[in-house]
Amino acid sequence: MTSTKPAGQQASRQAAKAALPPRKHVLDLDDFSPEEISQILGTADVLSEVLSRPISKVPTLRGKTVLTFFLEPSTRTRASFERAAKALSADTINLSGTESSAKKGESLIDTARTMQAMGADIIIMRHSMSGAPYLLAQHTNLSVINAGDGWHAHPSQALLDLYTIREKFKKIAGLKVVIVGDVLHSRVARSNIWGLRKMGADVVLSSPPTLLPEEVLEAYAGELPGRLMTEPNLDAAVEGADVVMALRIQKERLAADGAMNLRDYILAYQVNEERMHRAKPTAMLMHPGPMNEGVEVSHVLAYSDRSLIETQVKNGVAVRMALLYRLVGASEVSA
Amino acid sequence: MKGSLLIRGGRVIDPASRLDAKADLYIKDGRIEAVQQGGGLAVPEGTASFDASGLVVSPGFVDLHAHLREPGQEHKETIATGTRAAAKGGFTTVCAMPNTVPAQDSRSTIEFVQSRAADTGAVRVLVVSAVSKGRAGKELVEMAELAKLGVVGYSDDGSPVGDAQMMRHALAFSRMLGLPIMDHCEDTALCHGGVMNEGRVATRLGLRGMPVAGEETMVARNLILSKLTGGHVHICHLSAAGSVEQVRRAKAQGIRVTAEATPHHLTLTDELVTAGAMYDTNTKVNPPLRTAADVEAVLQGLREGVIEAIATDHAPHAAEDKLCEYDQAAFGISGFETAMGSLLSLVHTGKLTFPVLIERLTLGPARIIAREKDGIGALRPGAPGDVAVTDPDLSWTVDAKAFLSKGKNSPLNGKTLKGKVVATVYGGALIYQEQRQATTRGR
Ligand SMILES: [Zn+2]
Repeated sequence: MTSTKPAGQQASRQAAKAALPPRKHVLDLDDFSPEEISQILGTADVLSEVLSRPISKVPTLRGKTVLTFFLEPSTRTRASFERAAKALSADTINLSGTESSAKKGESLIDTARTMQAMGADIIIMRHSMSGAPYLLAQHTNLSVINAGDGWHAHPSQALLDLYTIREKFKKIAGLKVVIVGDVLHSRVARSNIWGLRKMGADVVLSSPPTLLPEEVLEAYAGELPGRLMTEPNLDAAVEGADVVMALRIQKERLAADGAMNLRDYILAYQVNEERMHRAKPTAMLMHPGPMNEGVEVSHVLAYSDRSLIETQVKNGVAVRMALLYRLVGASEVSA
Repeated sequence: MKGSLLIRGGRVIDPASRLDAKADLYIKDGRIEAVQQGGGLAVPEGTASFDASGLVVSPGFVDLHAHLREPGQEHKETIATGTRAAAKGGFTTVCAMPNTVPAQDSRSTIEFVQSRAADTGAVRVLVVSAVSKGRAGKELVEMAELAKLGVVGYSDDGSPVGDAQMMRHALAFSRMLGLPIMDHCEDTALCHGGVMNEGRVATRLGLRGMPVAGEETMVARNLILSKLTGGHVHICHLSAAGSVEQVRRAKAQGIRVTAEATPHHLTLTDELVTAGAMYDTNTKVNPPLRTAADVEAVLQGLREGVIEAIATDHAPHAAEDKLCEYDQAAFGISGFETAMGSLLSLVHTGKLTFPVLIERLTLGPARIIAREKDGIGALRPGAPGDVAVTDPDLSWTVDAKAFLSKGKNSPLNGKTLKGKVVATVYGGALIYQEQRQATTRGR
């Protein structure tokens, strides 16, 4: 076993930064080292301070054009990225398409190439199909940030989750994080499995059997500091947890796939106060949003002081600034 | 002397006559005239001759399962381009699957394909009829009428015959006609929306999987219905270990079943979807590439003869059908021109003997469509003068752009293969010859 130190200590940050190779794309966290994740979280620390200034702007991306290209609606993620780009002084263009128009194949690549020809440098892409950002990474010269692709990955969400956990617990390594719900269809879960384990957390997946791919342990096998486990019984899974991360349920999908009855789901998998009592007294609830209140999370718990949901949203901007900063690899952020 | 040729000094492998020896092969007036072990065959002066020393000479390959796309999708392939690509791969007999537009389901469409093949085809094209009109699964085609036109089997390929009662009736008729029902075994509910093999890699990539159970349940149904009717069911492009086991057991019980496997299901796994270019749509094929354990089981089935034939499932597509998101890409691999090169890896690694490989490409498939009686897939005197000449040791790099097929969709593009068909003879005429042969050979 290789054991990777839970990095992230402020002291090592600058050294690590110097050693990291440049990065062109952010497609998933599978190709991030713990050092690189630490560096991004450290940069986010610095940048979140910038955001709290009266004039919350730094010139890092001045002269750069950032394109947000969302083919699946998500007001929140898009606004978060746009705010991040603007805070770094980038020019931003928003481009949206519908499921039918700009989606298929060549038209997607064409659109991206057109934007490239018009001077775009970075494309932030959301798409309902897994792997779509890889297509642009392979067929354009743009830097591609995956803002969510199908069931596959949502790296900026996972990074902001890591940032939020680290901010709250002052560490990530050694924590027990339970991810609850529709793992099969969750890009948030997939990226978090990488991110959390790379940073040394133990991850427990708790899902109805119909929503937990049988091969999930095999799929994420590998020598990482944190472990991955499954426990279909949520009450057992939550025992001693530090973080309980609920995933969004898409009611229509549940019905269409016939994977589970919604009432059964709520009974067995809703994260509520009673279940949180089984976790550590310091345990916190997280949710990537948007939330179906009363389905995956109880209303009372979602708005209690055991919830980090609002903090996650707030941290999103700083973490996304750090990601953009990482891609451009520009000069130090001046304080 | 048209259609006459002497192929000298090759290692002649003809499973039909159990021959594997250095021999001369003489084709006269388009038919095999003589095979002489040891060589030294005397032929009339002026007969063209081909030096095959160091090469393997076999019957031309017989492909039970290919998509030539004409009529209706000529931008993907035509009978002319498809058969030239087939010839380059060593295939001299190709069965055209019926999922054309319109489908090959009537006298007019089947006669159209036959006449186009006669006018423009480089090799023999045999026609597979649809099972149901329009492949819609509602009404059987006129099976007996189409049998008279010479169709070699029936298939709704592209789709399974979903309705069990229709499959029962089709098998009952086919028994009477002596032709197979060639089924694409897929439970469409289990596989709905699936784009690759369900398993570790699909989970990792967040792609919807097609479980092996989607194939296995339809294989099971077909075997039960074959037993019920006595009809000959042929399992197309078998890909899962569980399917091999079922076919093995069914054969032991005397059920009339045959099966084919493709070069890609014998040599590639679903790991390829993440190897190299992530989400490479050229790896998207139906049935999907499976796991190493499935590949091993399919290979074992092929060795044992549980699987009698290798079929390419040549499925050419236009660039735009593959230059897109994995979910939206068309299923299929352009397979004619890489078949032998990839299959020879099995010979080089000792997993398959050369004679067994040749058998599964020639006599095995010819028997399934009841054409071995015509000498197809054999080198005995009187048989058609169809020959493939293979250089087993020639290393080459796959360049899909150089394919004769219009379909450049190959997951092997850029890969180096060892072994290649270097000449193809059809009806005694040399219709394909490897360009670089003169420079790269020289033993
Ligand atoms: Zn098929």
